[in-house]
Amino acid sequence: MTALVSATGLTKHFAVRGGSFLRRHTTALRAVDGVDLQIRSGETLGLVGESGCGKSTLGRLLIRLIEPTGGRIDFDGHEITGLSTKAMRQHRRAMQIIFQDPYGALNPRMSVEDIIMEPLLIHGARADAATRAKVAEALRLVGLPARAAQRFPHEFSGGQRQRVGIARALVLNPKFVVCDEPVSALDVSVQAQIVNLLQDLQKELGLTFLFIAHDLSVVKHISDRVAVMYLGKVVEVAEKHAIYSAPQHPYTQALIAAVPVLRPQDRARGRRVRIAGDIPSALNPPSGCRFHTRCPHVMPICRVQEPALTEPAPAHHVACHLVNPV
Amino acid sequence: MSLLEVRDLTTAFKTERGEVTAVEDISFDLDEGEILGIVGESGSGKSVTALTIMGLLPQPPARVVRGSVHFAGELLTGMSETRLERIRGAGISMVFQEPMTSLNPVLTIGEQIMETVRAHEAISVRDQRLRAIEMLDRVGIPSAVRRLGDYPHQMSGGQRQRVMIAMALACRPRLLIADEPTTALDVTIQAQVLDLLMDLRDELGMAIMIITHNMGVIAETADRVLVMYAGRIVEQAPVARLFDRPLHPYTRGLLDCVPTLEQDRNRLVAIPGSLPEPARRPAGCRFAPRCGHRIDACSAAIPPLVAVDASHASACIRTDILA
Repeated sequence: MTALVSATGLTKHFAVRGGSFLRRHTTALRAVDGVDLQIRSGETLGLVGESGCGKSTLGRLLIRLIEPTGGRIDFDGHEITGLSTKAMRQHRRAMQIIFQDPYGALNPRMSVEDIIMEPLLIHGARADAATRAKVAEALRLVGLPARAAQRFPHEFSGGQRQRVGIARALVLNPKFVVCDEPVSALDVSVQAQIVNLLQDLQKELGLTFLFIAHDLSVVKHISDRVAVMYLGKVVEVAEKHAIYSAPQHPYTQALIAAVPVLRPQDRARGRRVRIAGDIPSALNPPSGCRFHTRCPHVMPICRVQEPALTEPAPAHHVACHLVNPV
Repeated sequence: MSLLEVRDLTTAFKTERGEVTAVEDISFDLDEGEILGIVGESGSGKSVTALTIMGLLPQPPARVVRGSVHFAGELLTGMSETRLERIRGAGISMVFQEPMTSLNPVLTIGEQIMETVRAHEAISVRDQRLRAIEMLDRVGIPSAVRRLGDYPHQMSGGQRQRVMIAMALACRPRLLIADEPTTALDVTIQAQVLDLLMDLRDELGMAIMIITHNMGVIAETADRVLVMYAGRIVEQAPVARLFDRPLHPYTRGLLDCVPTLEQDRNRLVAIPGSLPEPARRPAGCRFAPRCGHRIDACSAAIPPLVAVDASHASACIRTDILA
């Protein structure tokens, strides 16, 4: 299958000011540090990792909401890194994003119709009957009644607001949608509605999703393949059943082992190896393999040499010296 | 006699639109050394229940409408603030979801733990310091002596939650109430903190009330579970029983609507609709408008919590048919 989106050596460093006020200095926060990743047309790629691993930054980089420090992005057969704002515009409508917080992402002073219409107007449509019909169609797609158009965000529950956010992302008929923690802020009983909706929309519209989340169970449910990030690096990518039933990277193994199981008789405590310690800072990531400070299998080489992403089994990529001895 | 006995507890809040009942007719017991899980979504009243027990809600706007809380035989509801302060910390203490806002940013963590000890025990500064070191050690903060002088912002989220637990334990309480203690934490850190809580129960014989929206956290830690919906307890059972044989349609819905790592589901069974706001709760069974088993009688009266056996109770008039 062909890649719709492809990142090569993609890097984003943020400058962070630090030090005392007499000795100011800037440090690079290496949010995304040399990521190679392909997202295939029509698939859902799950992107998991803990806070600060760079997953949201990577999602925003891929659709050029933020500018990379280095590396290259290809979208639908064209390199889009370095394209001017004007040249980017034709690609923009094909790539959209759904945000985590349905409360913060919608302008409270705009009606739902205006919120969903805004992207169409930005892309040259006029506020006429045809445009309103597109808004109505978007509302229908996400399961909101037509009368919702004249209402305001505060009149809706969290789940309904997220439907508005999805309608806004879909009204331009995108090919690729970055879903950045789209259900994390919702109550558990409402999450399933939105997960089901996203799956239905993907099937109906042939969308390609990057699904960013910290909840490994939701990611397993919705994804075709899964990529695992740790401190700005992708450490493992594979088809989802390979990731969950035979994780190769010790970090992926630890992440999966840490998820509580819904069977009280199988409590994980004391039964599984759990990683100790905290996630190091991306301002000063560990040398060599960035996971070596927490890895239960650490070897001398892990402290000095960064492992490359290799393919020990077909379509299963891992960056670990255990899997690919030097 | 149980360590904690809550009976018919009902708490309301004064709002612009009149008084709104947040929790209603909450009754349960918690034994010495037991871990009780309270699970519910936003607006279920699980935090209000905990804060009412602790006497931490400002009155007004809050008001305990009826009911009682007994802790170790003493009636807490209506107790003077001075006497409550003596029980808080030494008898019952609490850990909150967001450690950053619960810790004082301008005091070192050592000072904060020592302050807690000082409030309840007449011991020397040297002993206060030793206690602080012992507690930080106990919750797994490495090089505790050196970390005493650290400020909260110098620690990670997981470490701050450990410090909060150390403070809560400093006066050796018999009951620890943990309100969403791992919700703000990453999954690998959550696992560490849950393990810590269970170790503390085993070693100190402390009772723990763990409040969460996460069924996984309940499955990993609780001995017994209360399920709350829209201000009321809808089901109560030992943990294994609740997961094996959930009786209330809401509990079943909660278990069916989450994807799990253990099994593949083609499509999630969503619960339709959304949670009612406290001021606009439906008449009768509050879950009825979202329930697939609803009959007319469900909306006629609030179904009482009825025991199906000694340990398991459900508040659903159709329990006999659905079980």
